[in-house]
Formats: sequence, structure tokens, C-alpha cells
Amino acid sequence: MRPDVQDQVFSIIAREALREPSELSPEMTLDELGLDSLGLVEVIFAIEEAFDVSVPFNANEPAASQFDMSSVGAIVGAVERLVSGGKPSTAVA
Amino acid sequence: MRRVVITGAGTINALGEGVAATKAAMAEGRSGIGPLSFQDVERLSIRIGGQIRGYDASDRFTSAQLAQYDPFTQYALISGAEAMAQAGLEAAPDPARWGCIIGSAGGGHTTANNAYRAVFADQKNRVHPLTVPKLMANAAPSHLSIRYGLQGPSFAVATACASSNHAIGLAFQMVRSGMAEGMLAGGSEAMLNFGGLKAWEGLRVMSPDGCRPFSADRNGMVQGEGAGVFVIETLESAEARGAQPLAEIAGFAMNSDASDIVMPSLDGASAAITGALSDAGMAPEEVGYINAHGTGTAANDRIETAAIRAALGKAADHVAVSSTKALHGHCIGGTGAVELIACLMALGDGVIAPTANYATPDPDCDLDYVPNTARKAQVGAALSNAFAFGGLNAVVALRAI
Repeated sequence: MRPDVQDQVFSIIAREALREPSELSPEMTLDELGLDSLGLVEVIFAIEEAFDVSVPFNANEPAASQFDMSSVGAIVGAVERLVSGGKPSTAVA
Repeated sequence: MRRVVITGAGTINALGEGVAATKAAMAEGRSGIGPLSFQDVERLSIRIGGQIRGYDASDRFTSAQLAQYDPFTQYALISGAEAMAQAGLEAAPDPARWGCIIGSAGGGHTTANNAYRAVFADQKNRVHPLTVPKLMANAAPSHLSIRYGLQGPSFAVATACASSNHAIGLAFQMVRSGMAEGMLAGGSEAMLNFGGLKAWEGLRVMSPDGCRPFSADRNGMVQGEGAGVFVIETLESAEARGAQPLAEIAGFAMNSDASDIVMPSLDGASAAITGALSDAGMAPEEVGYINAHGTGTAANDRIETAAIRAALGKAADHVAVSSTKALHGHCIGGTGAVELIACLMALGDGVIAPTANYATPDPDCDLDYVPNTARKAQVGAALSNAFAFGGLNAVVALRAI
């Protein structure tokens, strides 16, 4: 994991979950953190803004989305892949 | 209590202009959804919708009118003209006792979008002087009232995707109770512009490739636009004028989930259906067709199915249910009015519009959705469901006449 990406993703999720980043660990799920579907789309929006990426996520079929949100650590990994993918930041989800 | 009927119907939507064109497309299961066309569409990730095509406002309205008419007002006026003509009315027969209620979620959204673009993006320092009266959500009912001399109660209702059903239901209650003698009621929406779609795509509930209600492969809603307007009056006044009733509005119910701002509620939806049946004195077995809210989202279609089962009990096994949103898109505040055309077709023409794009059964959606092909059937009673963001539900019950 890239520490800078991890720190930023932890900080984003912690802010939405009203926690301190130090309270988060990679195996935690957003559900455990009390984030509902609206919290989830807020996290995605914050990630897109912070990293200038476009997150492919459709709430109707989360499993089919190419963005693993099953845990805090999975999200960090998914963001790392998006950031290193060199994809243009135009809004093509 | 006074019996209330619909004596005129009008619409413009992605399926076409007019009730006849809309019914024809519904009966054929022909969709009006396709690639969107407007400024900056290439900056969107969602690029399909049920957009009205081949429409040039300058063909229908003068430049002075267009300075006042946002597209949502234009659509309402076009629909209102068709409805009034069918009812055989040039103006309100009793002006002080006739009014107008139009539902719209976004009102003059295109006008707001264009004004913001002018000042924020184009760095202009002024916008058109009539921007406010053009964008206000009550512009559509106000212009209808001016056009037809409706001097009774007129206003707009904004309950997101249930706006039309709230408008029609309130108009029905006013006429039934004697508060008004006749009403123009319906809904209109014109939110297919860059700002409107950009907001919607942020919610992550839109489908990039199509609306597939109740099908296991559904992946979200597709937005449409358009209007539907109806002339609503007492059976007595219709008969006195020699106007042909298209259907009777038999009951209406509305309630609030009071739970979540976007997630639908089984209890709220089923209570609204039960309430409409009760208001109409209608047994579940009497209902032959339900025009579902059927947005094509994972959550709505599953919960609406369970709500219909909870409200109708065993009768749910024998009722035809379809969502016409796969054809005209989700017209948001105008959608219940456009969908009422499908109810009129079932009750008046004996044709049930299909649920298009139905591909794969979903164990959670186990009703008769009239998949892909219209069906001939004698329908004596129908329901129109609308369940809005904000948890506001509105169900209209109709009978053939």
C-alpha cells in the first residue's frame, strides 16, 4: 500500500463516519463504520475529488462495479489502482 | 359523494406528441430512450435518456411567449391544449369554480441551468429579465390558468417522482368534495440538461445502458421528460355537456414513510396502495392492472413488488403489473401523468402496456409484469403507483366507465 493514499482514504472515510482516522483498520467494512448508502456515495465523491479520478460504481449493482468497497483496505487498494492506472480524469464512470 | 371522471387527456413525451402516439408506442413496446443531445453532454457519464425529439419550440410559440415559457411550461401547455380539446372545452365553463394543479420536481430547471451558465461559465453580468417568472415551479399551472381562464384554486406541487399523482389526487379530492367544479391536473418535467443530469449521476442510481424494470439484470433508472395533463370534472357535469368520460377516478391515497430520504419503504408503499383501494371502495380482486412506479433500480422494484403483495394479498397473483418507464424514461415530476395514459389505455382500450426490456426473472420480483409484449385484457379497475424520494407516496385508483 502507498502510505499517502492510505492516509488520505482513511481520512476521507473517517470524516464521513465521524471517527478519527486512528480508529480505522483495513479489515473494517463501511457497514461496521455505520455508513449507509448516502454515506457511501459521499465517500466516493470525496475520493474522486481528492485523487482526481472517476470511480466506477453503480449503487444498483455494487458487486458488478469494478471498484471493491468490501472493506476499508479494499477501498485503499482500489484507489491505488485507479491512481496508478493513468486514466484521464474526464467523468467516464 | 360526487363521482369524478377524466374527460380529456393530453401528453408530450419521448414516445411522441399526443395520447394517440403515446398509446401506439406503448402498445408496440417501442422505447423512446436513446442518446441524449444537449450542450456538454460529452462531459456526462450517463448519456442516455427519454428525450423529446424533433421538437422546435419556435414552431409552436411566439418569441414573446418563449421569453416566459420554460420547456416544462411548454410541455404542460401542449398537453393541456390536447386535453381541453378532447373535453370539448375552449375555456373553463365556470371560471371561479375551475382550477389547475401541476406537479413538477424541478420546475423551470432548464431556465435555471441556462442562467447559471451565463453568469458562472460565460462570465455575463446579467440574465434575461423574466428568468424568475420563467423558472418558478408554478409557472406551468399559472400559464394554464391564464390560457383557459381558470380562476379557482391553482398551484404547483413538488413531491419529486410522485408530483403528478399528488396533483391528480388533490384535484380529484377537490372536485369530489365540491371545492371545485372542474380541474386541469397533471405534471410536467424538463430536467434533461447538463446541470440536471450531472446532479443525478452523482447519486449513482442511473443506468448507463437502459431501464429494465423488475428484470434481474436491471441496473438503475433512465431519465425522461415530458408532461401529461387531464381534464377532471364530475360525472354529472360531463354528462350535462355531452362529454365522453375516459375513466372514473375512484380513489386516492397519499402518505409519508417518515424514514429515509432516498430508500423506499415497504410499509409506506403498501399502506398507500391499501389506502387508495379503501378510498375507492375497491376490493383487491377488482384490480386488473397496476401501473407500477417500477424505476428499474435494485431497491424500488424489489420493495414495490413486496408492497403490492402485502396490499393485494392473494389477488396479487392475478394482477397485471407493468412499468412503462422502460419506454418513456422516468419523467420525474411528470411521470405519473404520462403513466396515467397507460391506465387509460388499459381501462378504455383493453390494452395493457408491457414492461419492456424484461430479460431475466428476479426471485424478489415475482409478479406478472406483462414482459415485453402488450396484452389484450378487459380491465375494470387500475391503480397508478408513485413512490417519491423523500418517502412521499401517492396512489390513484381508477375504474372503467
